[in-house]
Amino acid sequence: MPNDVTALQLVLGGDPALFAIVWLSLYVSLSAVALAALIGIPLGAWIALTKFPGRQGVIVLLNALMGLPPVVVGLAVYLALSRSGPLGAFGLLFTAPAMIIAQTVLVTPIIAALTRQTIEDLWIEYRDELTAMNLGPLGRVTALIWDARFSLVTALLAGFGRAAAEVGAIIIVGGNIEGFTRTMTTAIALETSKGDLPLAVGLGLVLIAIVIAVNALAWTARRAGERLAG
Amino acid sequence: MNMLTRRLLIAVTASFVFAGHAVAQDKSIVVASTTSTQDSGLFGHILPMFKAKTGIDVKVVAQGTGQALDTARRGDADVVFVHAKPAEEKFVTEGFGVKRYPVMYNDFVLVGPKSDPAGIKGSKDIVAALGAIKAKGADFISRGDKSGTHQAELNLWKVAGVDIAKDKGPWYKEIGQGMGAALNTASASNAYVLADRGTWLSFKNRGDLVIALEGDKRLFNQYGVMLVNPEKHPSVKKDLGQQLIDWLVSSEGQKAIADYKINGEQLFYPNASDSGA
Amino acid sequence: MRAPSSELPIVFDGVTVTAGPVTILDRIALTLAPGAPTVLIGPNGSGKSTLLRVAMGLLAPSRGRITWGGLENVPPLKRAIVFQRPAMLRRSAAANIRFALRAAGMPRAEHARRTGELLEHVGLGHLADRAARKLSGGEQQRLALARALARDPAVLFLDEPTASLDPTATKAVEDIIRTVSERNIKVVMATHDLGEARRLAGDVVMLHRGRIVETAAAASFFDRPQTAEAKTFLAGELLV
Repeated sequence: MPNDVTALQLVLGGDPALFAIVWLSLYVSLSAVALAALIGIPLGAWIALTKFPGRQGVIVLLNALMGLPPVVVGLAVYLALSRSGPLGAFGLLFTAPAMIIAQTVLVTPIIAALTRQTIEDLWIEYRDELTAMNLGPLGRVTALIWDARFSLVTALLAGFGRAAAEVGAIIIVGGNIEGFTRTMTTAIALETSKGDLPLAVGLGLVLIAIVIAVNALAWTARRAGERLAG
Repeated sequence: MNMLTRRLLIAVTASFVFAGHAVAQDKSIVVASTTSTQDSGLFGHILPMFKAKTGIDVKVVAQGTGQALDTARRGDADVVFVHAKPAEEKFVTEGFGVKRYPVMYNDFVLVGPKSDPAGIKGSKDIVAALGAIKAKGADFISRGDKSGTHQAELNLWKVAGVDIAKDKGPWYKEIGQGMGAALNTASASNAYVLADRGTWLSFKNRGDLVIALEGDKRLFNQYGVMLVNPEKHPSVKKDLGQQLIDWLVSSEGQKAIADYKINGEQLFYPNASDSGA
Repeated sequence: MRAPSSELPIVFDGVTVTAGPVTILDRIALTLAPGAPTVLIGPNGSGKSTLLRVAMGLLAPSRGRITWGGLENVPPLKRAIVFQRPAMLRRSAAANIRFALRAAGMPRAEHARRTGELLEHVGLGHLADRAARKLSGGEQQRLALARALARDPAVLFLDEPTASLDPTATKAVEDIIRTVSERNIKVVMATHDLGEARRLAGDVVMLHRGRIVETAAAASFFDRPQTAEAKTFLAGELLV
């Protein structure tokens, strides 16, 4: 990336390297949120609706895991994906999938914990009706998830915010390789280390703008959906 | 959610993971290298030429020398390109590297605030300068990250007769980060710091920092390149990796290195033919 | 377990429900048989809602037993209930009914037709696509009725279905209850509104402090109450 221009000029000028970085950031973080949703929403719903010994402890743990340190997650995923690690044979270290895996680990507890709370609240409201309809466990879960969909969007956004903002995990497992695993946040870290603070700040502003745009999009979709479905 | 939506979701997710993977399987190698080579812009200059000639994508993971060697030791890189000769030779002796090739050298510079509190500007003697910094208790930033630069710094203290582990005071700050971060810290706190010339030249946030001392032979910084031993790690792409090494030490590669300049100033001096380097 | 051909009669045999130290239902003996609506009356807290929940099968007795058509533990396939404050699914009115049809196992091909019929039946045909939670209280109550009827029940339990409605909305709901009863669906309804009891009841069960104090045909209950509690209640005085 040329050094003598600001990030704004890069964006306005349609710099392909910058677009590649933005695209990779979105691809990694959105993939991680999608995977985390596939795991975290059913998991959170299951915990919300199931009584089992140690449930309170699991809820406390899940809430605590929302604050998992990215560096620790990055290191754990690094050790797992390294050629010398248990999953080394897949050769995933220093690739985009490695970054997706690390962010999925980070985001899943957030989505699961928020889903658990949302579904539990909704279940209190729906319990009598759904029981009276003689609905089985699967029917209950799908009905609750579907009807909580607008609140769950907020959980997904919280997860996306976390993924898009973190650098500690992906810089370890991705390696910040130019053109392959360089994302907005790792590029910001790199430009800071090169002492190019204006470019780093510019990239930071671009990142914030993207996060705001994604949130605005999701919010608009949520409002439109709520108007139709209440 | 109906069946179709669910299947679609699964398919999309799977394609996410495997699409990224497929790209990674193209003709490419991973090089564990140092922040100095990357941050100075050398790779950005020479790797496109190598790619044009061979079609091989070189993915550089820029770390400190210690971390880069460790990454290679774990089998997570195909080639390691660093600057700490004793550590590199140990790496080969232990069987992790096939053979060490000298490639080039650059030099370190002692950077410090314009006000020069230790009074060393103009000197050519790094050992005396370090002694003055310690004697005056002038602030000094150490990488503290086992990188090649850090090891070179420790070695210079030893030559100066200072047991830094024992003699360091509040003036000596180990930050445990890369070259850029060390320069940022020195710039913010008007401290001395040992930096490789390449990173210094391309560093933009200098503040009051200037070169306090340069040109001492003991500041020369030799780079070596090694193929990670495929016998330790069968996943190593030895043919592609060796192509990169062969190109770096070829006359074409050596010329590319010599041609890299910032503001007309040459950063790296190829010396692959010097078998003792 | 196979669903019986009929849910009726529903027989309470010494049914007691306790919650901690509190007795909510006390040795209830009651038979709900086919016919005109049975109305449960009594002041708030007398146990009407709990009795409906036991009859629906949502709540197991602490002691005693309850049978549906002579069997115990019958799943609520042919029973339906409208709660005092029905929870509206966060979907359109039509989707609320489709959800109930699906839960009742109706073939998908018939959903559209049946949904239309049920919405027309409760006078909400023009609001099919409106979000259920945006409907008025009376409309929600009618939608809940349609949702309950989607289960094609043999027995329909109603818990104070008009408690918070204005007279117009109350009349609309009562008219529906009447047509439901005319279709040979057994209606069992709790209310503390004596006027409503008079308008709809075939027979009356009066509860007080968790116990049945009087069971009678509606006409004789209102004309010749037998117990002191019933007399006090009918006189409009506070029954404590």
